[in-house]
Amino acid sequence: MEAHAHSEPQSFITKYVFSQDHKMIAKQFLITAIIMAFFALLLSILFRLQLGWPDKSFPILEVFLGKWAEGGRIRPEFYLALVTIHGTIMVFFVLTAGLSGTFSNLLIPLQIGARDMASPFLNMLSYWFFFSSCVVLMISFFVESGPASAGWTVYPPLSAIPKAIPGSGAGMTIWLISVILFVISSLMGSLNYISTVLNLRTKGMDLWRMPLTVWGLFLTAVVGLLSFPVLVAGLVLLIFDRSFGTSFYLADLVIQGQILPNEGGSVILWEHLFWFLGHPEVYIAILPAFGIVSEVISTNARKPIFGYHAMVYSLIAILTLSFLVWGHHMFVSGMNPFLGSVFMMTTLIIAVPSAIKVFNYLATLWRGNLRFTPAMLFAIGFVSFLISGGLTGLYVGNAPIDIHLHDTYFVVAHFHLVMGCAAIFGMLAGTYHWFPKLFGRMMDEKLGYLHFWITFVCAYFVFFPMHFMGIDGVPRRYYAFTEFRFMDHWLPVNIFISWSAIIAGIAQLAFLWNFIHSMFYGKKTVQNPWRANSLEWTTPVEHLHGNWPGELPTVHRWPYDYSKPGHEEDFIPQTTPFSVTMTSNIARDFEGNPQGARMQEEWERKQEAPLK
Amino acid sequence: MSTTVTELDKVKTGRWNGGRSPFNVEYGKIMMWFFLTSDAFTFSAFLIYYGSQRFAHMTWPDPDKLFQSIPFVADYGYPLVFVGIMTFILIMSSVTMVLAVEAGHRMAKKEVVGWMIATIIGGLMFIGCQALEWTHLNHAGFWWGSIPSQEGVSPEVTLAPYFSKEISEVSALQFANLFFTITGFHGFHVSIGILLNIIVLGMTLANVFERRGSYLMVEKVGLYWHFVDLVWVFVFTFFYLV
Repeated sequence: MEAHAHSEPQSFITKYVFSQDHKMIAKQFLITAIIMAFFALLLSILFRLQLGWPDKSFPILEVFLGKWAEGGRIRPEFYLALVTIHGTIMVFFVLTAGLSGTFSNLLIPLQIGARDMASPFLNMLSYWFFFSSCVVLMISFFVESGPASAGWTVYPPLSAIPKAIPGSGAGMTIWLISVILFVISSLMGSLNYISTVLNLRTKGMDLWRMPLTVWGLFLTAVVGLLSFPVLVAGLVLLIFDRSFGTSFYLADLVIQGQILPNEGGSVILWEHLFWFLGHPEVYIAILPAFGIVSEVISTNARKPIFGYHAMVYSLIAILTLSFLVWGHHMFVSGMNPFLGSVFMMTTLIIAVPSAIKVFNYLATLWRGNLRFTPAMLFAIGFVSFLISGGLTGLYVGNAPIDIHLHDTYFVVAHFHLVMGCAAIFGMLAGTYHWFPKLFGRMMDEKLGYLHFWITFVCAYFVFFPMHFMGIDGVPRRYYAFTEFRFMDHWLPVNIFISWSAIIAGIAQLAFLWNFIHSMFYGKKTVQNPWRANSLEWTTPVEHLHGNWPGELPTVHRWPYDYSKPGHEEDFIPQTTPFSVTMTSNIARDFEGNPQGARMQEEWERKQEAPLK
Repeated sequence: MSTTVTELDKVKTGRWNGGRSPFNVEYGKIMMWFFLTSDAFTFSAFLIYYGSQRFAHMTWPDPDKLFQSIPFVADYGYPLVFVGIMTFILIMSSVTMVLAVEAGHRMAKKEVVGWMIATIIGGLMFIGCQALEWTHLNHAGFWWGSIPSQEGVSPEVTLAPYFSKEISEVSALQFANLFFTITGFHGFHVSIGILLNIIVLGMTLANVFERRGSYLMVEKVGLYWHFVDLVWVFVFTFFYLV
């Protein structure tokens, strides 16, 4: 109670609703994202039902969905809406706001030793814009013509002509409003994360002493800051096409026998503007996961992360390259093939920094003193998905191969493994790992293991067979496989995939139960449950505004001094000064401090002297 | 022993070593700089779209013929004069903004107020001029999705006054779409800037900065104002000069 003495009294509203405390905002982001993730999961189960059993009727669906599932069968228009909204929620709300919103808010101030974000007020606004963006998107399920149905990439003309399909009407307008709110939220968040990392690092926290999580989140903010504005430009032009009769993306169209007046626009220009965001967006999803996994693996392998500098440089390389590869989504769009070959080259170069990261993860695990906590399992699962999904990236990144594979289930398999599963596993690893920091209690380990194994196995069961379907030419986004002879024989595989998806979906309930139950009744945590080095574990378990009760901690070393030879414990927190670890100091610890190095040498000589 | 300890544990105090801002800049100003970088990407995307449309067409409406009028003075015969005046006003408002920032450094409240009012008037004049320019084009028949047309008259004839080379309906249409969208988006930014300037003026008058001991806020809205000005230079170049 003494700790709270200095903070002003807070009402329920200022503490839980319009909170300006970064830890509370992190919880708000996390819980909102979990709710949205479950909703998107439910949507995916619905369309898996359709794909697995296209001729079967599920009367229960009609009870809940009404005219969208007349006679217990999902209507084609609604199927398209399901796919679109599943993608939108997962990409924007879960993997962008859920991942970077939650962990940037929680970890940036705590791990760099700051009292709060640079602008707590902007931070609060960022959450509420995100929240309203979620609510607005949900509203589209309650309009008569249904939610947006043009896919999460909303290519014109389906997105630009309100009459095109039912989903192009009010649902699409709502989608646009929702995404614009989201961009504003993301912009405010990014500005905050960047200025906090630059300005508010505590004494001694130079850039090369930042945990890789902070590096990942910082660079994610930079990517978001530079890529979302281009989407804004694209969206503004799209809105004018929809509502003000312009033809930025439209030309030569006929709807129901009627020739539209639009002339001179080009869909390819939308694709350029969209994918200039769209591709960096996948790195917005994966960079925070890279950071989280680095931290979790190093802590639980009780070893310094292998190649810390290489990890940072590869993050920077990925960031730079992520802006130069968007054209690989457009190999078959009619874009100049020469341009395609340039984009192919830059795309394949990304394999280099990605491979550096994978090798470094494996080298960190190599001969580590591994501790298989649920977080560690999810982190290792992340590495597995990164490898299996990353390798197929080399196939789809190759223009000649992509011409065959484009818009097939091969692509679905690729991006779900490398972006979907990997990033979600990173998010889950982070949730399990920092749950004690968020809620002061531990999550149940046994349920965590159950959750991990079922999810991990089922995720491969769902997405691995899709590679083969894609190679056989089965296109994505099709409503029913029974309508085409050449896809007919994939139906049994689809049933298998649907069952796996349903089981994976049920397994998430174990997580949900674990999360909610542990929040209130979990085992109370100690201050540093994982025996980790970074600064967040030096704060009291009980949250207080300003994070540290007294002065801000001073940082003396990098965050990965695990199992340092000569030290009695297998971890040395960043706040431990060198003078108390004389037995384990090495020459490199005194770079730029020759006097310190000399003293260390003197001390070592003195220790050896009595032996002679 | 105590000296040993302090030397061993010496924490570096360089600009990047933490405990201070590496650029000696308050967070709000960093945010403004990064926001402007972000916004620059939005405008670049618009202008790149414009460029790609323009290069895709063999012919384009001639700005010298489109923008000939000076409102209330002459309907035609003065190519680009009016837009030149507009641009001059906006650039002058940047100059007054610089003077306001400079006065802020000296904590001279009265001068800040004066120069901020001048900046706001400059901004309002620019927006007014833009409105006149839009009205003029609109009267000629240009608008989002529409170009001058007359029933029974071929577009070749109605569009003839605006082209120096071949006449193209599609080019005229794309020009109209892009002109109103992009100058509109810029005008929207100027309006926001005027609003921010008015807020800061109000805060100055209420002695907020006097009490705070710094006119940093003036500097921050100043950055935004200069940025909007800079963007206009590009928009002006691409729509009127090239």
